[in-house]
Amino acid sequence: MRKFSLLTVIALLFSAPVAAQDDLDPSGMDEQEPVATADQDDDGPLRGTVTDDSAWQDLGIAIASFATNDDVPTPANASGTAALGLELARVVYNDLRFNGLFRPVGPDALPRPSYAQITAPAFGTWRGRSAEMLVHGFVRANGDGRLTVGCYLYDVALETELVREGWVVSPAEWRRAAHRCADLVYSRLSGESPFFDSRIAYIAETGPKDNRVKRLAIMDSDGANHRFITNGQSTALSPRYSPDYSRIAYLSYVDGNPRIYVYEIDSGRQTLVTDSPNPTFAPRWSPDGRWILYSMAVAGNTDIYRVSASGGGSPQRLTSGPAIEVGGSYSPDGSRIVFESDQSGSQQCYIMDADGSNQRRISFFGGRCATPEWSPRGDQIAFTHIAGDFRIAVMNPNGRNMRQLTNAWHDEGPSWAPNGRIIQFFRTERNSGDTSIWQVDLTGENERRLRTPVGASDPAWGPVLP
Amino acid sequence: MNRIVLAVTVSSALALGACSRTPPEVTPDPPQDVVTTPAPTPTPTPMGPQPGSQTHFAQAMQGADTIYFDTDRYNIDSEDAAALRRQAEYMLQYTGSRATVEGHADERGTRDYNLALGERRANAAKNYLVSLGVPESRLRTVSYGEERPVATGSNESAWARNRRAVTVMITP
Repeated sequence: MRKFSLLTVIALLFSAPVAAQDDLDPSGMDEQEPVATADQDDDGPLRGTVTDDSAWQDLGIAIASFATNDDVPTPANASGTAALGLELARVVYNDLRFNGLFRPVGPDALPRPSYAQITAPAFGTWRGRSAEMLVHGFVRANGDGRLTVGCYLYDVALETELVREGWVVSPAEWRRAAHRCADLVYSRLSGESPFFDSRIAYIAETGPKDNRVKRLAIMDSDGANHRFITNGQSTALSPRYSPDYSRIAYLSYVDGNPRIYVYEIDSGRQTLVTDSPNPTFAPRWSPDGRWILYSMAVAGNTDIYRVSASGGGSPQRLTSGPAIEVGGSYSPDGSRIVFESDQSGSQQCYIMDADGSNQRRISFFGGRCATPEWSPRGDQIAFTHIAGDFRIAVMNPNGRNMRQLTNAWHDEGPSWAPNGRIIQFFRTERNSGDTSIWQVDLTGENERRLRTPVGASDPAWGPVLP
Repeated sequence: MNRIVLAVTVSSALALGACSRTPPEVTPDPPQDVVTTPAPTPTPTPMGPQPGSQTHFAQAMQGADTIYFDTDRYNIDSEDAAALRRQAEYMLQYTGSRATVEGHADERGTRDYNLALGERRANAAKNYLVSLGVPESRLRTVSYGEERPVATGSNESAWARNRRAVTVMITP
């Protein structure tokens, strides 16, 4: 992990396009025929699946296979860098296809550009295919075993380059280069902040409802690079990545009681969030990573505490009184916390200053307000709205303009994408109790299920990777 | 561990007969493993189960080891009080016994809140036992939130069976 981070720093030094042109072979301008029109749609119930030009809507983006200067073997792909180039474009395509802004067409439905065409696209061809935007890229194996990946976005009508960037990555991290490319395109065209190059911690679920095995697991934002962290012998719940991805706070029953542990990803070591015999749950990090919020029950009464994330220091109790105060989520600037309390008789959402002062209820729209999560942009709070069924909803930080984004029997536990434009949550099926992770955009119109190896709940989306 | 869970399942099913508050359409959906692992066929040891053991306690309680709660509530009503009196009598009779009170919630809640709610319920039962004279040092609590349902349906009767506090003997 550490090593990969260093490589991405190096990546910033790289000025890909110029370097790329040095190696270009002008004779390779011939356009190749489309490789296949394979339907890559295997992500479950989706909308807006587009596999041919006629169905393009909104902004048509053609994402062609990334070219290579020299098809050589790489640890990232046994077939070589040419095959890897196709995979890179597929990752970009799958990132961009589900956000409601674009209707991209992927590399399997498109001609394969030559290496020379990456910096000199055959615009006429793409115009003929009704592409408004064009993504090109290349991948090159370096002498030191690493890969150089370049990414270019063109406006087809204007025949101009809009943006380009390049990265040097280790073969194991090739997908990150594709996510960075998708982020580049998304940011340039939407004006929003990037979010694809990020990871998700969640709870993997297997087994029957009355004997469910729950394991801590992590994966990339698109479900790739999946890894189980706990073996399932004890129940794990409610993980949260630290903002720098070095640690995960989560609940485990490993000693028989529900308690929060802070797990160090590199070393595999974990420590209790606080040295107390009382049960602790619902861990949350402050945006700067310096604090961990947690809920602790003392003699049956649950309140919210905060403790230094670096260990040591005595915990500070932020709420008091006989009601259940639980959860909590910091505003992006760390100055305020939104949390839930049943002091009014049912779960409602409240806001307080980060030191626990100025507590006041913000939810007055009917139904219950649970699991509030402050958007990384600060402009919205997502929560579980309980009114008969359980739905994901958003409101302004003052509690106004409540909008339900989903409509199912039981949707719970929103977690924001790093750019505050998409929300992940988990859905529980009636009777079977089967769970799955879904995501929805802020319009509520673009909803899809994430593919996970087994059942999945408690998603926690981390920030954009450093 | 499994053994304990099974015992609890059996006893809470029995409890329904006596507990009018739980809308108990006693859906006889006995977990299969209960059937296949028949309760310890009375190996004719003259002694029977060890007093203070979970088996002995569950047999003695006849379902009174579990109390049930309304949605989002944790108060002890008269029926709960009767069950807790039987538990207290047992623990006062067997002075070496120690117990865990497990608090549970139904699936129709959010995860963290359910953990807090299970804590409330377990402590409500524990505090009542203490008020009846059981030394606090012999009781501990744990909340399982919504994580360990005994009834797996998604309907009112299943949820009513899952909103519970179960007293389980700690094996000496």
